[in-house]
Amino acid sequence: MTDLIPLVEENLRSTAWFRPEAALTVGALVLFVLDIAWKKSAARVAWLSAASLVVFAAAAALLAQQPADAQALFNGMLANDAFAIFFKWLFLGAGALTVLITAQGKDFDASRVGQFYGLLTAVVLGMFMMASATDLLMMYMSIELVSIVSYVLAGFRRGDRKAAEGSLKYVIYGGVASGVMLFGMSYLYGLTGTTSLLELGPRIQAIQASGLPLAATRIALVVGAVFVAAGLGYKIAAVPFHMWCPDVYEGAPTPFTAFLSVGPKAAGFALALRFFLSAFAGPASPTTGLADALGGIPWPAVIGVVSAVTMTLGNLSALAQTNLKRLLAYSSIAHAGYTLMGLATVSAMGVQSVMIYMLVYLVMNLGAFLVVIWVAESTGSESILDYRGLSKRAPVAAVAFAIFLFSLTGIPPFAGFAGKWYLFYAVFERIPGPGGNWYALLAIIAALNTAVSLFYYVRIIRAMFIDVPYAEPAAMPAKPGYQLILGAFSVAILVFGIWWAPMIEWTRASLTLFRG
Amino acid sequence: MFTPGNVLSWATFFPVIGSALIVVLLAAKFFLRLDKKLVDDGSRWIALVTSALSFAAAIAAWRMYDPSATGVQLVQHFTWIRAFNIEFYFGVDGISISMVLLSGLISFIATIASMPWWSGKKDAEMAGMVDDGHDDPHHPKHFSVRMVPGYMAMLLLLQTGMMGTFVALDMFLFYVFWEIMLLPMYFLIGIWGGPRKEYAAIKFFLYTLAGSVLMLLAIIGIYYNSAPAQLADGSWSSGHTFNLIELAKQGAAGQFRNAAPILGFSFAKIVFIGLFIGFAIKIPMFPFHTWLPDAHVEAPTPISVILAGVLLKMGIYGILRFNYGILPDATAWAAGAIAVFGVINIIYAAFVCLAQKDLKKLIAYSSVSHMGFSLLGMAAMTPQGISGAVLNLFTHGIISPMLFLIVGVIYDRAHHREIEKFGGLAQELPEYSAIMGLAFFASLGLPGLAGFISEFTVFSGAFPVFTTYTIISATSVILTAAYYLWAIHRMFLGKLNPVYKGYPDLNWRERMALYPLAVICIYLGFYPQAILGVINPALHALIQNIKPL
Repeated sequence: MTDLIPLVEENLRSTAWFRPEAALTVGALVLFVLDIAWKKSAARVAWLSAASLVVFAAAAALLAQQPADAQALFNGMLANDAFAIFFKWLFLGAGALTVLITAQGKDFDASRVGQFYGLLTAVVLGMFMMASATDLLMMYMSIELVSIVSYVLAGFRRGDRKAAEGSLKYVIYGGVASGVMLFGMSYLYGLTGTTSLLELGPRIQAIQASGLPLAATRIALVVGAVFVAAGLGYKIAAVPFHMWCPDVYEGAPTPFTAFLSVGPKAAGFALALRFFLSAFAGPASPTTGLADALGGIPWPAVIGVVSAVTMTLGNLSALAQTNLKRLLAYSSIAHAGYTLMGLATVSAMGVQSVMIYMLVYLVMNLGAFLVVIWVAESTGSESILDYRGLSKRAPVAAVAFAIFLFSLTGIPPFAGFAGKWYLFYAVFERIPGPGGNWYALLAIIAALNTAVSLFYYVRIIRAMFIDVPYAEPAAMPAKPGYQLILGAFSVAILVFGIWWAPMIEWTRASLTLFRG
Repeated sequence: MFTPGNVLSWATFFPVIGSALIVVLLAAKFFLRLDKKLVDDGSRWIALVTSALSFAAAIAAWRMYDPSATGVQLVQHFTWIRAFNIEFYFGVDGISISMVLLSGLISFIATIASMPWWSGKKDAEMAGMVDDGHDDPHHPKHFSVRMVPGYMAMLLLLQTGMMGTFVALDMFLFYVFWEIMLLPMYFLIGIWGGPRKEYAAIKFFLYTLAGSVLMLLAIIGIYYNSAPAQLADGSWSSGHTFNLIELAKQGAAGQFRNAAPILGFSFAKIVFIGLFIGFAIKIPMFPFHTWLPDAHVEAPTPISVILAGVLLKMGIYGILRFNYGILPDATAWAAGAIAVFGVINIIYAAFVCLAQKDLKKLIAYSSVSHMGFSLLGMAAMTPQGISGAVLNLFTHGIISPMLFLIVGVIYDRAHHREIEKFGGLAQELPEYSAIMGLAFFASLGLPGLAGFISEFTVFSGAFPVFTTYTIISATSVILTAAYYLWAIHRMFLGKLNPVYKGYPDLNWRERMALYPLAVICIYLGFYPQAILGVINPALHALIQNIKPL
């Protein structure tokens, strides 16, 4: 019994750094209760939206008070560090904006909106854990929390065949991916005898120093790492684990699609960065910021190949899409490919570039989906044909959409260019070193992909600004709230495309990754 | 108001201030329910005034520039993005000062040409300029009365992008301005263009973006291999620099000669090729020229004017600033290839011109042919060759806008551009025929007009180095004369086609755009020293660094 007491004491101490998560947990439960309590209320959508915003605001207030001192929590299950806190802010922002969009939209029945908010809060909680998990078990737990709730939300439109198909695909792919990931984790645990990410690195080095048959252990380690990467690749929709993405995006309620395209993707990147950099990379050099892959495991090469294939396949598939939600799904796959370049560089600049890209991507992609939601409310369609003449019907939506699409292409002076610039720069840092030619090739592939992506983004812009509609389409419903969000997003994209300093300083201050 | 420390910023940012004012005006229209006509006229005047002010600033910069002093002048310099040593660095030297003046002038002329001013209602109706509230998408009105505030805002944004490209001396800042030009150009062609505008706009956008992405990679590569330099505030940059002037110094000292190779190729050569393709698309150089005829034919007249007058010049300017300045070794290595591409441009495009039926397409291809002169001249690396190359940018920047304005004049009246369908126009439109004759003769290189001087300088500079190429290129003078004279013959001489009876001659808006250019064209024909004297010192210093292999 004696050794149990310090464990309990540690857990009690750790709760001081777990208050935002606690607020989200309580909030999710309260939202379910309120959903029932306000069943008859006429203004229940407004009240429930306000309540969930209060939950996010409470979590934000607690997160703002939380010190960023890097330390292990709950006996090494989670970690508190500036890196995790950065991503937690992103998740809160994505969650709150999704609530704001849902509150004004028509995607949800008034009777079910409370359930949606409760489940959404639970997903945000899961993403919080993903950002700070430092143990294989905790990794698995948090990913499953996000996934299982997402399966429900993807199929939220009852009786809709597309929703059912998307949701089922999501479940099956998710089940396989998490099974594969668990299998990989079992290899890692079997070889090293630990589930802690922080312990894995030293143990791998110890195994290599001990003179075990090298080839066999190396293969087993590579298999373990790659299988875990498969689970993470499923969350960020990297090829070849992307097949669920277009169907789920198309079938899910659009506000949730918007959330899915930014939130869980960012969480997947946070976890992937932490997993690979804690367990499979040496410490970054203080002068150059570059780190080495541990034990000769070629995971940066694997990530680099996945990155190149993901962006190419995403962009080429997007070319042929006519449904905007599917098009944006493939575009989000391509963006996952770009962002993976940052991970493949194994450097401080690479981590920072991923953080900046996720921050910018959140704004531009949520904005793009908001326009899709708005147009679908007037025409009931997501086909590109219904965007013809949008610049006349809804100039604010059309101009904002154009700004988001140019920013997604990565053209200055929009913020998307800042993100892409950092990714390219991180890759270039690697070119003089070993394997530099492969990094050069990766940069060239990414550059060509940028040109390809322009083609389908401009197709939308052309439809909005140049093409003439066949028939006079229905007028767009007046939505001052949407206009406000779109205006704010557009201004943010323009301002941060020229004035990068705040983004750079925030991410640079958030680079600290707890390493034990 | 203009001081050496701010004149370039005024020249660059006046138009974008105008764009912002137009956006404010649109917001006012939305909230105060202003009249459409009031907003249209308001944005027209904002565009005229701000681009006139930008032109005035460009003239002031030209006057303040001291040709006898070496180095960069009229500098404005401060740190922008500290983390990457990116600076806001404006300045001009002999390579860019003439382009600043040209860009200011052509921008203003293009703005005048965007106005729907015509003396009588009947004439205006002929051009489709009367805004009667009916806008049938299948028979669109004249571009000058369609979505006016949007057009003017885009035109002004384009002007800022052009001016900024010529005055930016920070690689990153240059790239930002370079890309800023893309978006307004896409919309200006795509919304206000001719029947095949969608195709032309996307083709222009894709070609240019593909080039500029290559350029971006090359820029990051150069930055990553550069040595530190002093920043505006006196401190030293951490690691590397974007400062183009410093990079040119480092390049001359051999900084990039021994950089780590990329994909097995020498660093300097592969970066040179990346940059060169990016700029060659803009020039446009064979085989990357196919976007140009489409873009020109579909673009509205003032946009063609800007495209031919300024945008094409950016390719050559970029090669001089980046390839020649930063990578002298690789430039010496590639000089022969540049000359060959120059000759292909000159001869091939001239033959293509001979086959054209559409007047605007003929002039578009003649631009391709004339930009070949600059390539040939700069490849020779002789003082005369490089002076001729840059002078050719200026003279072509005066003559080709005239040609496109002239096409616009006849298109506004006849609504087609088929050379064969005209005939005997000289009887009905004598003033127009005279100015067109002047422009055609200037373009084919008649002595006494601007085009002759630059062609002659290029040929005499290239002859000692590339004798055979120069002789081949010189035959283009005959081809050029052939296609221009044949066009004049078919359009103006002979019997008047009765369809064109009673067509109005030039109006005041057209005169305001055409006559200043004609005057400059004659003036430079007799006194090219006005340009050459200013640009020569810096250009001759530029080729000092380039030692032929």
